[in-house]
Formats: sequence, structure tokens, C-alpha cells
Amino acid sequence: MIKKNDVILLGTILLLAAAAIIFINIRKTDGSRVVITIDGEEYKTLDLNKDTTLTIEVAEGAYNTVTVKNGEVDMTEANCPDKLCVKHRKIHYNGETIVCLPHKVVLQIVGGEESEADMIAK
Amino acid sequence: MKSKRIAIYGLLVALAFLLSYIESIIPLPIPIPGIKLGLANLVVVTGLYTMGGKEAFILSIIRIVLVGFTFGNLSTMMFSLAGGFLSWFLMVLLYRTKVLSITGVSIIGGISHNIGQILVAVWVVSNVMLLYYLPFLLVSGAVTGTVIGMLGAVIVKRIRKYDF
Repeated sequence: MIKKNDVILLGTILLLAAAAIIFINIRKTDGSRVVITIDGEEYKTLDLNKDTTLTIEVAEGAYNTVTVKNGEVDMTEANCPDKLCVKHRKIHYNGETIVCLPHKVVLQIVGGEESEADMIAK
Repeated sequence: MKSKRIAIYGLLVALAFLLSYIESIIPLPIPIPGIKLGLANLVVVTGLYTMGGKEAFILSIIRIVLVGFTFGNLSTMMFSLAGGFLSWFLMVLLYRTKVLSITGVSIIGGISHNIGQILVAVWVVSNVMLLYYLPFLLVSGAVTGTVIGMLGAVIVKRIRKYDF
């Protein structure tokens, strides 16, 4: 039922994944903005320091509501079929994304380096 | 001989339906686009080891189309087809090489299913950053792949008893 090779395979996959997760966690920096794209096209960029709520009408009868609060971005509402984007936790690290696949909406945090530069400048 | 084969097909498709239903009511701890537990892969693994590569492919397609129309929609079906095809291809390849047992083959099936799905997601939203989810997809695919492989081994043993 289980060969030695299976165990080696499983171990290698888990090690690789763990290494990648650790790598991502070490390198993560706070982002400063969130870029909203719809179907690959940039729609709007929001500043993480300004609390706002934005409802995007993706298409007729299809919407996503994005909320920026306390430097974090969250998809608070959507009428897509799977609601994975709404269930996704809040994001604020550089490079993090929330994706609504059915509506092709992506929220992506950017500008991590800039916020550090801002802090030094201040 | 032939009717036995039809009976096994029927059994496995029914099992795939049941597993897909169970999967649809289990909430996933990490909401990632395209991610699935992949319980129904049990059926493809079982088909591969009891009947063969071609039959496993047919099972995989029937499962995805029937389950897609019942529990999903056209877009989720597209993800499943990408994942299902990649996973079937790699499983048959490794099954033939005999380097791995059914558990290892099932692990490959599990992770490649998730990789196929995330690749389609990357393509659909044209954003490569989705690949950040890959490590989590690997872990979930490997864990369910292991469980399914072990379950598959038990089922294969029982089906083979019927001199099929």
C-alpha cells in the first residue's frame, strides 16, 4: 500500500511547501496601496491609510464590495456563486491577493517598499 | 466480462457523486480560488488500478461533467477539467513507471489537480501573484492525496476479488 518512494515523495513536497511558506513569511512587508483589477484591466487603486468602502459593478447585476479599514483590505460583500472572496481573510502584506474568480476581480496589495521609504523620509 | 465492467463504471460514478456532494458541504479552512479537497479523485485512482488508464480518463470526464452540472457551473467545470486532465495524465504516467505505489500516484494526482486549477485561475484573471497560493495547494493536495491513496488501495483490493 505504501512504498518507500511514496514517503520520500510526500516528505519532499511537504518540505518544499514549508520552505516556500517560510520564505514568503520572512520576506513579507506591509503594503501601502491596493490595486483592483477586473478581467486583467486595472480599475482603481486605493490608499490603505484611508478607510473607504467601494462597491464595484463588475457587470449587470454582478457586484463586489471592497472595504479598506485600519490599513487592511477586505472583500466584504459579493454576489458571486462561490463567495470565496468574501470568506478570504483581510489582507495588508505586499503581494497578497483576494481573488473573485467568477467576477474576475483581483485585489492586490502593492507598494511595500514605498511605505518603508516614506517612514524613513518622515 | 463486459457487464462487470459496466457495473464497475456505474458504481464508481455513483461514488464520485456522493464524494462530490460531501465535498460541497465541507467548508475549506483556507479560501483559495480553484482549491478543492479532491475527494472524488478516489474514483479515478480506483478506476486506474482496477481497469486501466483509458477507463480512468473516461471516468474522470464523466465525473467532472455530471458533477459540474449538478453541484457547480460552467466556470467551475473548466477548472475541474484542467485539473482533472493534468492529474489523470501524470497519474497514468507514474502508474506505468511503477516507481510509486497507489498512495504515491494518488498524491501526484492530488497536487497536480490543484496545480492545474490554479494555472487556469492565473490565466483567467491574468495575475501571476496567485501562484503565492501554490505552497498551500501543495500541502492540501499531498494530504488528501495520501488519504485517498490509502482508501483507494482498500477499494481496489475488494474490487479485484471479483475476478474482474
